[in-house]
Amino acid sequence: MTGEAVLEAIDVVKELGSGAGKITALKGVSLALMPGELTLLMGPSGSGKTTLLSILGCIMTPTSGMIRVTGHDTEGLPAEKLAAIRREHIGFIFQSYNLFPTLSALENVRIALDVRGDKGFKAAARAEECLREVGLGHRLKNHPANLSGGEQQRVAVARAIATSPSVILADEPTAALDTENGQQVMALLSRIAKEQNRSVLVVTHDPRTLPFADRTVYIEDGQIVRETRRPEGLDAPEITDLSKRRKAHG
Amino acid sequence: MILTLAFRNLFHDRIRLVVTLVGILFSIVLVAVQLGLYLGSSRMITANIDHTQADLWITTFGAKSFEDGGMLLKPGERHQALATPGVDKVVPLVVSFAEWRKPSGGSTRVVVVGTDPEDEGLVPWALKHGTWAEVKSPDGVAIDKSYFRDLDVTGIGDTAQVAAGRIRVKALTEGVRSFTQSPYVYTTLARARHLLAQKSDATSFYLVKLKPGADIEHVRADLKSRLESAEVLTQKEFRDRSLRTWLFKTGAGVALIGGALLGLLVGTVIVAQTLYSSTKDHLNEFATLRALGSSSGYIHKVILGQAGLSAVIGYALGMIIALGVVFASRDTPLPLVMTPWLAVVLFAVTVFMCAISAMSAIMKVTKIDPAMVFNR
Repeated sequence: MTGEAVLEAIDVVKELGSGAGKITALKGVSLALMPGELTLLMGPSGSGKTTLLSILGCIMTPTSGMIRVTGHDTEGLPAEKLAAIRREHIGFIFQSYNLFPTLSALENVRIALDVRGDKGFKAAARAEECLREVGLGHRLKNHPANLSGGEQQRVAVARAIATSPSVILADEPTAALDTENGQQVMALLSRIAKEQNRSVLVVTHDPRTLPFADRTVYIEDGQIVRETRRPEGLDAPEITDLSKRRKAHG
Repeated sequence: MILTLAFRNLFHDRIRLVVTLVGILFSIVLVAVQLGLYLGSSRMITANIDHTQADLWITTFGAKSFEDGGMLLKPGERHQALATPGVDKVVPLVVSFAEWRKPSGGSTRVVVVGTDPEDEGLVPWALKHGTWAEVKSPDGVAIDKSYFRDLDVTGIGDTAQVAAGRIRVKALTEGVRSFTQSPYVYTTLARARHLLAQKSDATSFYLVKLKPGADIEHVRADLKSRLESAEVLTQKEFRDRSLRTWLFKTGAGVALIGGALLGLLVGTVIVAQTLYSSTKDHLNEFATLRALGSSSGYIHKVILGQAGLSAVIGYALGMIIALGVVFASRDTPLPLVMTPWLAVVLFAVTVFMCAISAMSAIMKVTKIDPAMVFNR
């Protein structure tokens, strides 16, 4: 299993703060993310979900333990090398979408390509392709302020997949969305995991996301306490584009 | 995308953009005015020297400027100079302050310049009305149009008393102004000596023209050894000395350069402040970029792009105003000068100022923690 994992945390410990205020946010966490799988990371507030996500995403470095991205150890790498790993292998989706308000949907996706040096017509075409893939082909020129929350999150998904990363890390992607839009985003992420054979990790405490998970990892007090898998043969629910469904119903 | 993002960030907050541009504009106009005045002053100070055809100047010891020659050179020195190998011509030039008595009463100081252009010494330039031949006619002088009010005359044909003699305005120049604010009065060598009540061979300067192929340094050394009571300067040396005297020993140039530096400082502070606050406002976006894997260089380029765009827009607007000021000053006693070289320097200064201003923003963004994207 280790050989196949695209992203691995091995016995990761993370201490935050210093002196009397020092806390151990992660206490020896090991987790392997496999391609083609949507994994949910669930747990109560303060359990270490976001810290683990930051470490898996090479945004934070562990106090001890190891992170392997596509088999490569990241220990001791400088910030610029870690940034290079992020832009090559990892896509991010954030709770608040983190779109650039001054850029259009298309430009928001293009910028993820631009930071890795993909420029010009090909990059624009790729960004458009990704937006079409998430059902936003008709909203290319719209700025975030003119998009609904669900649409903004789908732009963020398009941005995350634009660079064809091995793994997508999503931080509470449905937290700011209503049920319909939340379901749509989860269905989209599930489809991306399956059809594009990517590994998707979703940090959430939203139980409505459970039906989309291939695997659910529970974390409490900085430790993984339980892991469940979807029974074989049971597929994630299929959610059609709700906007289309609404139209169909008149 | 770097420039797109820089442009959008810049134009996102219009009020801040206006403040930034006003800062740059203010700075550019101030620097342009100060340096324009400096250049204008420099041109005024050296205009007469630049219009001579001399290779070397023989001056009295310590002559500080064109207006400070005195009348102490003797004809013997001219003969000694003429006898120096390599010397082709030695042309006398008279320059002295004198009293101009206004026709309706009162007086003002002028600088009488006596020259015989046919000897290839100082050739009066910018003669727009009348000719030098008319100046050579009895009592003839040439003055600049811009000094009519100061000299209490209205045009050609007016008369006045200058020092010991009577003059009549026979020709007019345009744009020949005096840094000392004492107008130049051009006349023949003989008439200048007469007006100044000097001997018929009294001279302020000798302008030395060398024979073709003569080595200037060699001739100068030779002249120095022969003329014990005079100085021998190259045209450039005398020019530089005049500039030093009027611009730096009087403090005028220091004030102008100081003003320009102050403008630069104020502009830098304003631009730095607005860029810093813009960066702070967009910190989450920069953190997102960092989380997406952008290099720090990419983010620095966005900030520098903002600074560069501010510089280009601010420079363009500043130059429009500066050129307006230059145009408005053209008929004043101290006209501003704008040259292509100064325009290029101003652009370089603007870009430099904005780049320096971006440093605080870059330092802020360098310390950015991409993990903040999870805390929003």
